[in-house]
Amino acid sequence: MGVSPFSILSELLGRKSGCARGKGGSMHMYCENFYGGNGIVGAQVPLGAGIALAHQYKGDGGVNIALYGDGAANQGQLFEAFNMAKLWKLPSIFVCENNGYGMGTSAERAAANTNYYTRGDMIPGIWVDGMDVLAVREATRFARQMCAEEKGPVVLETVTYRYSGHSMSDPGTSYRTREEIQEVRAHRDPIHSLKDKILQAELATAEELKVIDTDVKEEIDRAVKDAKADGEISMEELPADIYSENLEPYIRGITAVDKLKHLNIGSRVNYA
Amino acid sequence: MNFYQAVNNAMDIALASDPTCVLFGEDVAFGGVFRCSLGLQDKHGKDRVFNTPLCEQGIVGLGIGLAVAGSTAIAEIQFADYIYPAFDQLVNEASKFRYRSGNEFNCGKLTVRAPCSAVGHGALYHSQSPEAYFAHTPGLRVVIPRGAITAKGLLLSCIRSNDPCIFFEPKVLYRSAVEQVPTKDYEIPLGKAEILVEGDNVTLIGWGTQVHVLREVAQLAQDRLNVSCEVIDLMSIQPWDYETVINSVKKTGRVVIAHEAPLTCGFGAELAATVQKECFLHLEAPIQRVTGFDTPFPHVQEPFYLPDKWRCLEGVRTVVEF
Repeated sequence: MGVSPFSILSELLGRKSGCARGKGGSMHMYCENFYGGNGIVGAQVPLGAGIALAHQYKGDGGVNIALYGDGAANQGQLFEAFNMAKLWKLPSIFVCENNGYGMGTSAERAAANTNYYTRGDMIPGIWVDGMDVLAVREATRFARQMCAEEKGPVVLETVTYRYSGHSMSDPGTSYRTREEIQEVRAHRDPIHSLKDKILQAELATAEELKVIDTDVKEEIDRAVKDAKADGEISMEELPADIYSENLEPYIRGITAVDKLKHLNIGSRVNYA
Repeated sequence: MNFYQAVNNAMDIALASDPTCVLFGEDVAFGGVFRCSLGLQDKHGKDRVFNTPLCEQGIVGLGIGLAVAGSTAIAEIQFADYIYPAFDQLVNEASKFRYRSGNEFNCGKLTVRAPCSAVGHGALYHSQSPEAYFAHTPGLRVVIPRGAITAKGLLLSCIRSNDPCIFFEPKVLYRSAVEQVPTKDYEIPLGKAEILVEGDNVTLIGWGTQVHVLREVAQLAQDRLNVSCEVIDLMSIQPWDYETVINSVKKTGRVVIAHEAPLTCGFGAELAATVQKECFLHLEAPIQRVTGFDTPFPHVQEPFYLPDKWRCLEGVRTVVEF
Protein backbone atom coordinates (compact mmCIF):
# COMPACT_ATOMS: atom_id res chain seq x y z
CA MET A 1 0.00 0.00 0.00
CA GLY A 2 1.05 3.57 -0.35
CA VAL A 3 2.93 5.51 -2.98
CA SER A 4 6.48 6.74 -3.30
CA PRO A 5 7.52 10.25 -2.20
CA PHE A 6 8.19 10.98 -5.87
CA SER A 7 4.61 10.15 -6.77
CA ILE A 8 3.25 12.35 -3.99
CA LEU A 9 5.46 15.31 -4.76
CA SER A 10 4.65 14.93 -8.44
CA GLU A 11 0.98 15.05 -7.63
CA LEU A 12 1.46 18.18 -5.53
CA LEU A 13 3.10 19.83 -8.48
CA GLY A 14 0.47 18.55 -10.88
CA ARG A 15 2.85 16.39 -12.89
CA LYS A 16 2.11 13.21 -14.77
CA SER A 17 3.82 10.81 -12.39
CA GLY A 18 1.58 11.92 -9.61
CA CYS A 19 -0.66 9.33 -8.04
CA ALA A 20 -3.71 10.91 -9.66
CA ARG A 21 -1.85 11.86 -12.86
CA GLY A 22 -1.51 15.38 -11.53
CA LYS A 23 -5.22 15.99 -11.96
CA GLY A 24 -6.09 16.22 -8.30
CA GLY A 25 -3.32 18.02 -6.52
CA SER A 26 -2.74 18.18 -2.80
CA MET A 27 -6.13 17.11 -1.60
CA HIS A 28 -6.59 14.24 -3.96
CA MET A 29 -4.06 11.48 -3.48
CA TYR A 30 -5.28 8.05 -4.49
CA CYS A 31 -3.83 4.59 -4.64
CA GLU A 32 -4.94 1.05 -3.99
CA ASN A 33 -6.96 0.91 -0.77
CA PHE A 34 -6.46 4.63 -0.31
CA TYR A 35 -9.57 6.45 -1.32
CA GLY A 36 -8.19 9.93 -1.43
CA GLY A 37 -8.70 13.24 0.27
CA ASN A 38 -11.79 15.39 0.04
CA GLY A 39 -12.05 19.07 -0.69
CA ILE A 40 -15.19 19.35 1.35
CA VAL A 41 -13.99 18.13 4.71
CA GLY A 42 -16.30 15.66 6.31
CA ALA A 43 -17.54 14.29 2.99
CA GLN A 44 -15.20 11.34 3.36
CA VAL A 45 -16.88 10.01 6.48
CA PRO A 46 -20.10 8.75 4.88
CA LEU A 47 -17.87 7.52 2.06
CA GLY A 48 -15.89 5.51 4.58
CA ALA A 49 -19.04 4.07 6.07
CA GLY A 50 -20.09 2.98 2.59
CA ILE A 51 -16.79 1.26 1.95
CA ALA A 52 -17.09 -0.48 5.30
CA LEU A 53 -20.56 -1.67 4.34
CA ALA A 54 -19.15 -3.05 1.10
CA HIS A 55 -16.53 -4.98 3.03
CA GLN A 56 -19.15 -6.29 5.40
CA TYR A 57 -21.32 -7.31 2.49
CA LYS A 58 -18.51 -9.01 0.64
CA GLY A 59 -17.33 -10.67 3.85
CA ASP A 60 -13.70 -10.09 2.95
CA GLY A 61 -12.70 -9.06 6.46
CA GLY A 62 -11.83 -5.58 5.29
CA VAL A 63 -11.95 -2.63 7.64
CA ASN A 64 -12.32 1.00 6.67
CA ILE A 65 -10.51 3.89 8.32
CA ALA A 66 -12.01 7.34 7.71
CA LEU A 67 -9.98 10.28 8.97
CA TYR A 68 -11.22 13.79 9.58
CA GLY A 69 -10.14 16.80 11.61
CA ASP A 70 -11.48 18.63 14.62
CA GLY A 71 -13.00 21.22 12.29
CA ALA A 72 -14.78 18.66 10.17
CA ALA A 73 -15.98 16.94 13.36
CA ASN A 74 -18.78 19.50 13.42
CA GLN A 75 -20.14 18.62 9.99
CA GLY A 76 -23.62 17.13 9.95
CA GLN A 77 -22.84 14.33 7.55
CA LEU A 78 -20.48 12.73 10.09
CA PHE A 79 -23.33 12.10 12.46
CA GLU A 80 -25.41 10.64 9.70
CA ALA A 81 -22.54 8.26 8.96
CA PHE A 82 -22.03 7.42 12.65
CA ASN A 83 -25.68 6.55 13.04
CA MET A 84 -25.69 4.20 10.07
CA ALA A 85 -22.39 2.62 11.08
CA LYS A 86 -23.63 1.84 14.57
CA LEU A 87 -27.02 0.69 13.39
CA TRP A 88 -25.51 -1.83 11.01
CA LYS A 89 -22.35 -2.59 13.04
CA LEU A 90 -20.05 -1.59 10.22
CA PRO A 91 -16.32 -2.43 10.35
CA SER A 92 -15.45 1.25 10.47
CA ILE A 93 -12.76 3.09 12.35
CA PHE A 94 -13.48 6.81 12.46
CA VAL A 95 -10.39 8.79 13.35
CA CYS A 96 -10.57 12.40 14.43
CA GLU A 97 -7.14 13.98 14.01
CA ASN A 98 -7.48 16.72 16.56
CA ASN A 99 -4.74 19.27 15.97
CA GLY A 100 -6.48 21.91 18.01
CA TYR A 101 -7.47 24.16 15.10
CA GLY A 102 -9.87 24.10 12.20
CA MET A 103 -7.81 26.41 10.01
CA GLY A 104 -8.07 29.50 12.16
CA THR A 105 -10.61 28.57 14.80
CA SER A 106 -9.44 26.74 17.89
CA ALA A 107 -11.31 23.60 18.89
CA GLU A 108 -12.71 25.20 22.06
CA ARG A 109 -14.30 27.95 19.99
CA ALA A 110 -15.83 25.58 17.47
CA ALA A 111 -17.12 22.64 19.44
CA ALA A 112 -19.38 22.48 22.44
CA ASN A 113 -17.91 19.08 23.20
CA THR A 114 -14.19 18.91 22.46
CA ASN A 115 -13.96 15.32 23.58
CA TYR A 116 -14.15 14.19 20.02
CA TYR A 117 -13.80 10.54 20.94
CA THR A 118 -17.19 10.78 22.66
CA ARG A 119 -18.98 12.33 19.76
CA GLY A 120 -19.80 9.03 18.16
CA ASP A 121 -22.69 8.98 20.60
CA MET A 122 -23.45 5.25 20.80
CA ILE A 123 -20.15 4.37 19.12
CA PRO A 124 -17.37 3.64 21.65
CA GLY A 125 -14.43 5.99 21.45
CA ILE A 126 -10.77 5.88 22.40
CA TRP A 127 -8.61 8.90 23.16
CA VAL A 128 -5.09 8.48 21.78
CA ASP A 129 -1.97 10.60 22.18
CA GLY A 130 -1.39 11.33 18.54
CA MET A 131 2.16 12.47 19.20
CA ASP A 132 3.16 9.03 20.41
CA VAL A 133 3.85 6.74 17.49
CA LEU A 134 3.51 3.56 19.50
CA ALA A 135 0.24 4.65 21.10
CA VAL A 136 -1.29 5.32 17.71
CA ARG A 137 -0.13 1.98 16.42
CA GLU A 138 -1.55 0.08 19.35
CA ALA A 139 -4.82 1.94 19.26
CA THR A 140 -5.22 1.22 15.58
CA ARG A 141 -4.37 -2.42 16.14
CA PHE A 142 -6.97 -2.63 18.88
CA ALA A 143 -9.60 -0.89 16.79
CA ARG A 144 -8.88 -3.12 13.85
CA GLN A 145 -9.25 -6.17 16.04
CA MET A 146 -12.57 -4.86 17.30
CA CYS A 147 -13.83 -4.51 13.77
CA ALA A 148 -12.52 -7.91 12.75
CA GLU A 149 -14.50 -9.42 15.65
CA GLU A 150 -17.58 -7.59 14.42
CA LYS A 151 -17.55 -5.29 17.41
CA GLY A 152 -17.24 -2.20 15.24
CA PRO A 153 -17.61 0.70 14.60
CA VAL A 154 -15.20 2.63 16.79
CA VAL A 155 -14.07 6.25 17.04
CA LEU A 156 -10.47 7.20 17.74
CA GLU A 157 -9.43 10.70 18.66
CA THR A 158 -5.73 11.20 18.02
CA VAL A 159 -4.54 14.42 19.60
CA THR A 160 -1.78 16.08 17.67
CA TYR A 161 -0.70 19.58 16.62
CA ARG A 162 -0.29 21.64 13.50
CA TYR A 163 2.98 23.58 13.31
CA SER A 164 2.47 25.56 10.15
CA GLY A 165 -0.64 27.19 8.76
CA HIS A 166 -3.58 25.28 7.35
CA SER A 167 -2.61 26.00 3.77
CA MET A 168 -0.32 28.14 1.68
CA SER A 169 -2.47 31.19 2.30
CA ASP A 170 -2.53 30.81 6.05
CA PRO A 171 0.53 32.08 7.94
CA GLY A 172 -0.69 30.24 11.01
CA THR A 173 0.10 33.03 13.42
CA SER A 174 -2.90 35.31 13.36
CA TYR A 175 -4.91 33.11 15.70
CA ARG A 176 -2.25 31.69 18.02
CA THR A 177 1.09 32.67 19.53
CA ARG A 178 4.49 31.63 18.29
CA GLU A 179 5.35 30.52 21.82
CA GLU A 180 2.62 27.93 21.69
CA ILE A 181 3.98 26.47 18.47
CA GLN A 182 7.54 26.43 19.80
CA GLU A 183 6.45 24.81 23.04
CA VAL A 184 4.85 21.90 21.25
CA ARG A 185 7.83 21.51 18.96
CA ALA A 186 10.14 21.39 21.95
CA HIS A 187 8.22 19.02 24.17
CA ARG A 188 5.71 17.01 22.18
CA ASP A 189 7.21 16.43 18.78
CA PRO A 190 6.46 12.82 17.80
CA ILE A 191 9.66 12.13 15.92
CA HIS A 192 11.89 13.52 18.65
CA SER A 193 10.09 11.65 21.38
CA LEU A 194 10.33 8.38 19.45
CA LYS A 195 14.02 9.06 18.96
CA ASP A 196 14.43 9.64 22.69
CA LYS A 197 12.61 6.40 23.45
CA ILE A 198 14.82 4.45 21.05
CA LEU A 199 17.97 5.92 22.51
CA GLN A 200 16.86 5.35 26.08
CA ALA A 201 15.96 1.74 25.37
CA GLU A 202 19.31 1.43 23.62
CA LEU A 203 17.74 -0.07 20.54
CA ALA A 204 20.03 2.01 18.37
CA THR A 205 22.80 4.51 18.77
CA ALA A 206 22.60 8.17 17.96
CA GLU A 207 24.90 7.64 14.99
CA GLU A 208 22.66 4.96 13.50
CA LEU A 209 19.68 7.27 13.80
CA LYS A 210 21.66 10.04 12.16
CA VAL A 211 22.31 7.74 9.22
CA ILE A 212 18.56 7.16 8.84
CA ASP A 213 18.02 10.92 8.97
CA THR A 214 20.55 11.54 6.25
CA ASP A 215 19.22 8.76 4.06
CA VAL A 216 15.68 10.01 4.33
CA LYS A 217 16.73 13.56 3.57
CA GLU A 218 18.58 12.37 0.51
CA GLU A 219 15.63 10.33 -0.68
CA ILE A 220 13.25 13.25 -0.34
CA ASP A 221 15.66 15.70 -1.96
CA ARG A 222 16.00 13.35 -4.88
CA ALA A 223 12.23 12.92 -5.11
CA VAL A 224 11.78 16.70 -5.09
CA LYS A 225 14.31 17.09 -7.86
CA ASP A 226 12.67 14.37 -9.94
CA ALA A 227 9.20 15.75 -9.34
CA LYS A 228 10.25 19.21 -10.42
CA ALA A 229 11.77 17.79 -13.56
CA ASP A 230 8.72 15.71 -14.34
CA GLY A 231 6.45 16.79 -17.16
CA GLU A 232 2.83 17.83 -16.93
CA ILE A 233 0.10 15.87 -18.62
CA SER A 234 -0.90 17.07 -22.05
CA MET A 235 -3.87 19.30 -22.79
CA GLU A 236 -5.69 16.34 -24.30
CA GLU A 237 -6.22 15.08 -20.80
CA LEU A 238 -8.35 18.03 -19.78
CA PRO A 239 -11.48 16.22 -20.94
CA ALA A 240 -10.20 12.80 -19.96
CA ASP A 241 -11.77 10.51 -17.41
CA ILE A 242 -14.87 12.57 -16.80
CA TYR A 243 -17.14 9.64 -17.59
CA SER A 244 -16.51 5.96 -17.91
CA GLU A 245 -18.38 6.01 -21.18
CA ASN A 246 -18.83 9.27 -22.96
CA LEU A 247 -22.23 9.05 -24.62
CA GLU A 248 -21.92 12.11 -26.80
CA PRO A 249 -19.32 12.07 -29.53
CA TYR A 250 -17.49 14.95 -27.91
CA ILE A 251 -17.27 16.90 -24.68
CA ARG A 252 -18.51 20.43 -25.23
CA GLY A 253 -15.86 23.05 -25.26
CA ILE A 254 -15.67 26.73 -24.72
CA THR A 255 -17.04 27.98 -27.98
CA ALA A 256 -19.72 26.22 -29.90
CA VAL A 257 -17.21 24.76 -32.30
CA ASP A 258 -14.84 23.37 -29.70
CA LYS A 259 -15.17 19.65 -29.58
CA LEU A 260 -13.01 17.83 -27.11
CA LYS A 261 -12.34 14.17 -27.38
CA HIS A 262 -13.07 12.33 -24.17
CA LEU A 263 -10.36 9.88 -23.30
CA ASN A 264 -10.24 7.10 -20.75
CA ILE A 265 -6.69 7.06 -19.50
CA GLY A 266 -6.33 6.30 -15.83
CA SER A 267 -6.69 2.67 -14.83
CA ARG A 268 -9.24 1.77 -12.24
CA VAL A 269 -7.97 0.58 -8.90
CA ASN A 270 -11.02 0.20 -6.77
CA TYR A 271 -12.66 -2.91 -8.06
CA ALA A 272 -12.05 -5.42 -10.79
CA MET B 1 -9.63 50.74 -1.60
CA ASN B 2 -9.30 47.28 -2.96
CA PHE B 3 -12.14 44.80 -3.27
CA TYR B 4 -11.79 43.19 0.14
CA GLN B 5 -11.48 46.55 1.82
CA ALA B 6 -14.63 47.68 0.03
CA VAL B 7 -16.47 44.59 1.26
CA ASN B 8 -15.11 45.23 4.74
CA ASN B 9 -16.27 48.83 4.57
CA ALA B 10 -19.74 47.84 3.41
CA MET B 11 -20.14 45.39 6.28
CA ASP B 12 -18.79 47.95 8.72
CA ILE B 13 -21.41 50.44 7.57
CA ALA B 14 -24.12 47.80 7.73
CA LEU B 15 -23.13 46.79 11.25
CA ALA B 16 -22.95 50.41 12.35
CA SER B 17 -26.23 51.51 10.83
CA ASP B 18 -28.33 48.47 11.67
CA PRO B 19 -28.19 47.33 15.29
CA THR B 20 -29.73 43.98 14.41
CA CYS B 21 -27.03 43.17 11.90
CA VAL B 22 -24.73 40.23 12.59
CA LEU B 23 -21.91 38.63 10.64
CA PHE B 24 -20.82 35.03 11.04
CA GLY B 25 -19.01 32.25 9.27
CA GLU B 26 -15.88 30.15 9.44
CA ASP B 27 -12.84 32.05 10.73
CA VAL B 28 -14.43 35.50 10.37
CA ALA B 29 -13.35 36.66 13.82
CA PHE B 30 -9.71 37.17 13.02
CA GLY B 31 -10.55 38.74 9.71
CA GLY B 32 -11.38 35.79 7.51
CA VAL B 33 -9.29 34.00 4.92
CA PHE B 34 -9.45 37.02 2.65
CA ARG B 35 -9.46 39.69 5.36
CA CYS B 36 -12.98 40.79 4.49
CA SER B 37 -14.01 40.92 8.13
CA LEU B 38 -10.79 42.45 9.45
CA GLY B 39 -11.33 44.51 12.57
CA LEU B 40 -15.08 44.05 12.60
CA GLN B 41 -15.22 41.91 15.72
CA ASP B 42 -13.09 44.38 17.63
CA LYS B 43 -15.28 47.23 16.53
CA HIS B 44 -18.75 45.75 16.86
CA GLY B 45 -18.36 43.06 19.46
CA LYS B 46 -18.18 39.32 19.80
CA ASP B 47 -21.92 38.96 19.96
CA ARG B 48 -22.31 40.49 16.51
CA VAL B 49 -19.29 39.18 14.62
CA PHE B 50 -18.52 35.57 15.47
CA ASN B 51 -17.09 32.33 14.23
CA THR B 52 -19.16 29.30 13.51
CA PRO B 53 -17.98 25.71 13.49
CA LEU B 54 -17.36 24.01 10.20
CA CYS B 55 -20.92 23.38 9.07
CA GLU B 56 -22.21 25.14 5.96
CA GLN B 57 -25.67 23.68 6.19
CA GLY B 58 -25.78 24.85 9.79
CA ILE B 59 -24.45 28.30 8.92
CA VAL B 60 -27.09 29.00 6.33
CA GLY B 61 -29.85 27.40 8.36
CA LEU B 62 -28.82 29.56 11.30
CA GLY B 63 -28.81 32.61 9.04
CA ILE B 64 -32.32 31.86 7.87
CA GLY B 65 -33.47 31.56 11.46
CA LEU B 66 -31.87 34.85 12.41
CA ALA B 67 -33.39 36.59 9.43
CA VAL B 68 -36.84 35.21 10.09
CA ALA B 69 -36.65 36.47 13.66
CA GLY B 70 -35.88 39.98 12.52
CA SER B 71 -32.10 40.16 12.53
CA THR B 72 -30.09 41.20 9.49
CA ALA B 73 -27.85 38.20 8.95
CA ILE B 74 -24.70 38.12 6.86
CA ALA B 75 -23.53 34.53 6.55
CA GLU B 76 -20.10 33.94 5.07
CA ILE B 77 -19.37 30.69 3.31
CA GLN B 78 -15.59 30.38 3.15
CA PHE B 79 -15.45 29.42 -0.53
CA ALA B 80 -18.32 29.16 -3.01
CA ASP B 81 -17.14 25.60 -3.63
CA TYR B 82 -18.25 24.75 -0.09
CA ILE B 83 -21.75 26.10 -0.49
CA TYR B 84 -23.26 22.78 -1.53
CA PRO B 85 -23.91 21.35 1.94
CA ALA B 86 -26.07 24.45 2.33
CA PHE B 87 -27.78 23.95 -1.01
CA ASP B 88 -30.85 22.41 0.55
CA GLN B 89 -31.22 25.27 3.03
CA LEU B 90 -30.85 27.86 0.30
CA VAL B 91 -33.02 26.24 -2.32
CA ASN B 92 -35.66 24.56 -0.22
CA GLU B 93 -35.85 26.88 2.73
CA ALA B 94 -34.53 30.37 2.11
CA SER B 95 -35.95 30.85 -1.35
CA LYS B 96 -39.40 29.52 -0.49
CA PHE B 97 -40.02 30.92 2.94
CA ARG B 98 -42.08 33.89 1.90
CA TYR B 99 -43.95 32.01 -0.77
CA ARG B 100 -44.95 29.01 1.30
CA SER B 101 -46.09 31.10 4.24
CA GLY B 102 -48.28 33.33 2.11
CA ASN B 103 -46.04 36.28 3.02
CA GLU B 104 -46.58 35.76 6.75
CA PHE B 105 -42.91 35.06 7.22
CA ASN B 106 -39.78 35.76 5.25
CA CYS B 107 -36.01 35.50 5.59
CA GLY B 108 -35.31 38.46 3.37
CA LYS B 109 -32.71 39.95 5.63
CA LEU B 110 -30.35 37.09 4.92
CA THR B 111 -27.31 37.68 2.75
CA VAL B 112 -24.93 34.83 2.01
CA ARG B 113 -21.47 35.90 0.86
CA ALA B 114 -18.92 33.59 -0.72
CA PRO B 115 -15.65 34.02 -2.65
CA CYS B 116 -16.00 32.48 -6.10
CA SER B 117 -14.27 31.98 -9.42
CA ALA B 118 -10.79 31.12 -10.55
CA VAL B 119 -7.75 32.53 -8.87
CA GLY B 120 -4.93 30.78 -10.70
CA HIS B 121 -4.14 28.10 -8.17
CA GLY B 122 -7.48 27.12 -6.78
CA ALA B 123 -7.92 23.78 -8.56
CA LEU B 124 -11.13 21.85 -8.18
CA TYR B 125 -12.48 23.21 -4.93
CA HIS B 126 -11.37 26.80 -4.68
CA SER B 127 -12.28 28.03 -8.15
CA GLN B 128 -15.90 27.25 -8.88
CA SER B 129 -18.51 29.70 -10.13
CA PRO B 130 -21.86 28.25 -9.00
CA GLU B 131 -24.14 31.16 -9.92
CA ALA B 132 -26.17 29.07 -12.38
CA TYR B 133 -27.36 26.63 -9.71
CA PHE B 134 -28.87 29.48 -7.71
CA ALA B 135 -30.15 31.49 -10.64
CA HIS B 136 -32.35 28.47 -11.29
CA THR B 137 -34.06 28.98 -7.94
CA PRO B 138 -36.87 31.50 -7.86
CA GLY B 139 -36.95 33.42 -4.61
CA LEU B 140 -33.21 34.06 -4.39
CA ARG B 141 -31.23 37.01 -5.66
CA VAL B 142 -27.76 36.34 -7.05
CA VAL B 143 -25.24 39.18 -7.39
CA ILE B 144 -21.63 39.24 -8.63
CA PRO B 145 -19.68 42.54 -8.61
CA ARG B 146 -16.67 43.28 -10.79
CA GLY B 147 -14.69 45.69 -8.63
CA ALA B 148 -14.39 47.57 -5.38
CA ILE B 149 -16.92 50.32 -6.04
CA THR B 150 -19.58 47.94 -7.29
CA ALA B 151 -18.80 45.48 -4.49
CA LYS B 152 -19.54 47.99 -1.76
CA GLY B 153 -22.70 49.37 -3.34
CA LEU B 154 -24.10 46.00 -4.32
CA LEU B 155 -23.30 44.41 -0.99
CA LEU B 156 -25.07 47.15 0.90
CA SER B 157 -28.06 46.71 -1.40
CA CYS B 158 -28.05 42.97 -0.76
CA ILE B 159 -27.78 43.37 2.99
CA ARG B 160 -30.66 45.82 3.02
CA SER B 161 -32.74 43.94 0.48
CA ASN B 162 -35.91 42.33 1.71
CA ASP B 163 -35.19 39.16 -0.21
CA PRO B 164 -32.51 36.57 0.52
CA CYS B 165 -29.39 37.37 -1.52
CA ILE B 166 -26.34 35.39 -2.49
CA PHE B 167 -23.35 37.63 -3.05
CA PHE B 168 -20.46 36.01 -4.87
CA GLU B 169 -17.10 37.76 -4.67
CA PRO B 170 -14.53 36.86 -7.37
CA LYS B 171 -11.58 36.06 -5.13
CA VAL B 172 -8.87 36.99 -7.61
CA LEU B 173 -10.17 40.57 -7.44
CA TYR B 174 -9.84 40.91 -3.68
CA ARG B 175 -6.46 42.55 -3.83
CA SER B 176 -6.07 43.32 -7.48
CA ALA B 177 -9.22 45.37 -8.01
CA VAL B 178 -8.39 48.79 -6.61
CA GLU B 179 -10.61 51.81 -7.16
CA GLN B 180 -11.40 55.14 -5.58
CA VAL B 181 -14.30 53.97 -3.49
CA PRO B 182 -16.49 56.61 -1.86
CA THR B 183 -16.36 56.24 1.89
CA LYS B 184 -19.95 57.23 2.47
CA ASP B 185 -22.94 54.93 2.56
CA TYR B 186 -24.21 54.22 -0.95
CA GLU B 187 -26.11 51.48 -2.68
CA ILE B 188 -26.18 50.25 -6.23
CA PRO B 189 -29.59 48.98 -7.34
CA LEU B 190 -29.97 45.25 -7.83
CA GLY B 191 -31.25 43.92 -11.12
CA LYS B 192 -29.51 46.57 -13.18
CA ALA B 193 -26.63 45.92 -15.54
CA GLU B 194 -24.00 48.46 -16.49
CA ILE B 195 -22.67 49.25 -19.94
CA LEU B 196 -18.96 49.79 -19.48
CA VAL B 197 -17.91 50.39 -23.06
CA GLU B 198 -20.28 51.56 -25.75
CA GLY B 199 -20.05 50.03 -29.18
CA ASP B 200 -21.99 49.29 -32.30
CA ASN B 201 -20.99 45.96 -33.72
CA VAL B 202 -20.94 43.29 -31.03
CA THR B 203 -22.44 43.02 -27.55
CA LEU B 204 -20.16 41.33 -25.03
CA ILE B 205 -21.85 40.16 -21.85
CA GLY B 206 -20.06 39.01 -18.70
CA TRP B 207 -19.87 39.35 -14.93
CA GLY B 208 -17.28 39.28 -12.18
CA THR B 209 -13.71 38.63 -13.29
CA GLN B 210 -14.78 37.96 -16.87
CA VAL B 211 -15.81 41.60 -17.31
CA HIS B 212 -12.18 42.65 -17.18
CA VAL B 213 -11.28 40.05 -19.77
CA LEU B 214 -14.06 41.35 -22.01
CA ARG B 215 -12.84 44.92 -21.71
CA GLU B 216 -9.49 43.77 -23.03
CA VAL B 217 -11.23 41.83 -25.76
CA ALA B 218 -13.14 44.96 -26.78
CA GLN B 219 -9.85 46.82 -27.13
CA LEU B 220 -8.28 43.96 -29.06
CA ALA B 221 -11.32 43.76 -31.33
CA GLN B 222 -11.02 47.45 -32.07
CA ASP B 223 -7.29 47.27 -32.73
CA ARG B 224 -7.13 44.06 -34.69
CA LEU B 225 -10.52 43.56 -36.26
CA ASN B 226 -11.76 47.14 -36.38
CA VAL B 227 -14.86 45.97 -34.59
CA SER B 228 -16.57 48.14 -32.02
CA CYS B 229 -17.80 46.16 -29.01
CA GLU B 230 -20.29 47.08 -26.34
CA VAL B 231 -19.31 45.56 -22.99
CA ILE B 232 -22.08 44.88 -20.49
CA ASP B 233 -21.47 43.90 -16.88
CA LEU B 234 -24.60 42.07 -15.78
CA MET B 235 -23.83 42.60 -12.05
CA SER B 236 -27.07 40.95 -11.00
CA ILE B 237 -27.52 37.41 -12.26
CA GLN B 238 -30.95 37.01 -10.77
CA PRO B 239 -32.83 39.05 -11.76
CA TRP B 240 -30.78 40.11 -14.74
CA ASP B 241 -31.23 43.39 -16.57
CA TYR B 242 -33.28 42.25 -19.48
CA GLU B 243 -33.87 45.72 -20.89
CA THR B 244 -30.25 46.81 -21.09
CA VAL B 245 -29.19 43.58 -22.76
CA ILE B 246 -32.06 43.44 -25.26
CA ASN B 247 -31.60 47.08 -26.26
CA SER B 248 -27.93 46.52 -26.80
CA VAL B 249 -28.45 43.41 -28.90
CA LYS B 250 -31.08 45.12 -31.02
CA LYS B 251 -28.47 47.77 -31.71
CA THR B 252 -25.55 45.50 -32.53
CA GLY B 253 -27.16 42.29 -33.76
CA ARG B 254 -24.26 40.16 -32.52
CA VAL B 255 -23.68 38.69 -29.08
CA VAL B 256 -20.84 36.96 -27.29
CA ILE B 257 -21.51 35.78 -23.75
CA ALA B 258 -18.57 34.71 -21.61
CA HIS B 259 -18.38 33.02 -18.21
CA GLU B 260 -15.97 30.77 -16.33
CA ALA B 261 -18.58 28.21 -15.36
CA PRO B 262 -19.00 25.14 -17.62
CA LEU B 263 -20.94 25.49 -20.84
CA THR B 264 -23.94 23.28 -20.35
CA CYS B 265 -26.60 25.15 -18.41
CA GLY B 266 -24.19 27.89 -17.44
CA PHE B 267 -25.97 31.20 -17.04
CA GLY B 268 -25.03 32.05 -20.62
CA ALA B 269 -27.58 29.49 -21.73
CA GLU B 270 -30.40 31.45 -20.12
CA LEU B 271 -29.17 34.70 -21.65
CA ALA B 272 -28.83 33.12 -25.07
CA ALA B 273 -32.29 31.57 -24.97
CA THR B 274 -34.00 34.82 -23.96
CA VAL B 275 -32.02 37.01 -26.34
CA GLN B 276 -32.71 34.81 -29.33
CA LYS B 277 -36.39 34.85 -28.55
CA GLU B 278 -36.65 38.61 -28.15
CA CYS B 279 -34.15 39.70 -30.78
CA PHE B 280 -34.46 36.98 -33.36
CA LEU B 281 -35.00 39.27 -36.29
CA HIS B 282 -32.26 41.63 -35.12
CA LEU B 283 -29.56 38.98 -34.87
CA GLU B 284 -26.96 38.91 -37.61
CA ALA B 285 -25.26 35.79 -36.30
CA PRO B 286 -25.95 32.98 -33.86
CA ILE B 287 -25.17 33.87 -30.26
CA GLN B 288 -21.70 32.76 -29.16
CA ARG B 289 -20.97 31.45 -25.69
CA VAL B 290 -17.36 31.35 -24.58
CA THR B 291 -17.18 29.43 -21.34
CA GLY B 292 -15.37 26.86 -19.32
CA PHE B 293 -15.39 23.32 -20.68
CA ASP B 294 -17.84 20.71 -19.52
CA THR B 295 -15.31 19.20 -17.16
CA PRO B 296 -14.68 19.62 -13.45
CA PHE B 297 -12.53 22.64 -12.80
CA PRO B 298 -9.04 21.34 -13.50
CA HIS B 299 -5.86 21.39 -11.48
CA VAL B 300 -2.90 22.23 -13.68
CA GLN B 301 -4.85 22.83 -16.87
CA GLU B 302 -6.55 25.93 -15.50
CA PRO B 303 -4.99 28.42 -17.96
CA PHE B 304 -6.41 26.38 -20.82
CA TYR B 305 -9.78 25.94 -19.20
CA LEU B 306 -10.66 29.58 -18.64
CA PRO B 307 -12.34 31.59 -21.39
CA ASP B 308 -9.38 33.89 -21.86
CA LYS B 309 -9.18 36.93 -24.13
CA TRP B 310 -8.01 34.94 -27.14
CA ARG B 311 -10.92 32.52 -26.98
CA CYS B 312 -13.31 35.43 -26.50
CA LEU B 313 -11.72 37.29 -29.40
CA GLU B 314 -12.23 34.19 -31.49
CA GLY B 315 -15.89 34.30 -30.48
CA VAL B 316 -16.07 37.93 -31.63
CA ARG B 317 -14.44 37.02 -34.90
CA THR B 318 -16.94 34.21 -35.41
CA VAL B 319 -19.99 36.42 -34.98
CA VAL B 320 -18.55 39.16 -37.12
CA GLU B 321 -17.58 36.91 -39.97
CA PHE B 322 -20.79 34.89 -40.00
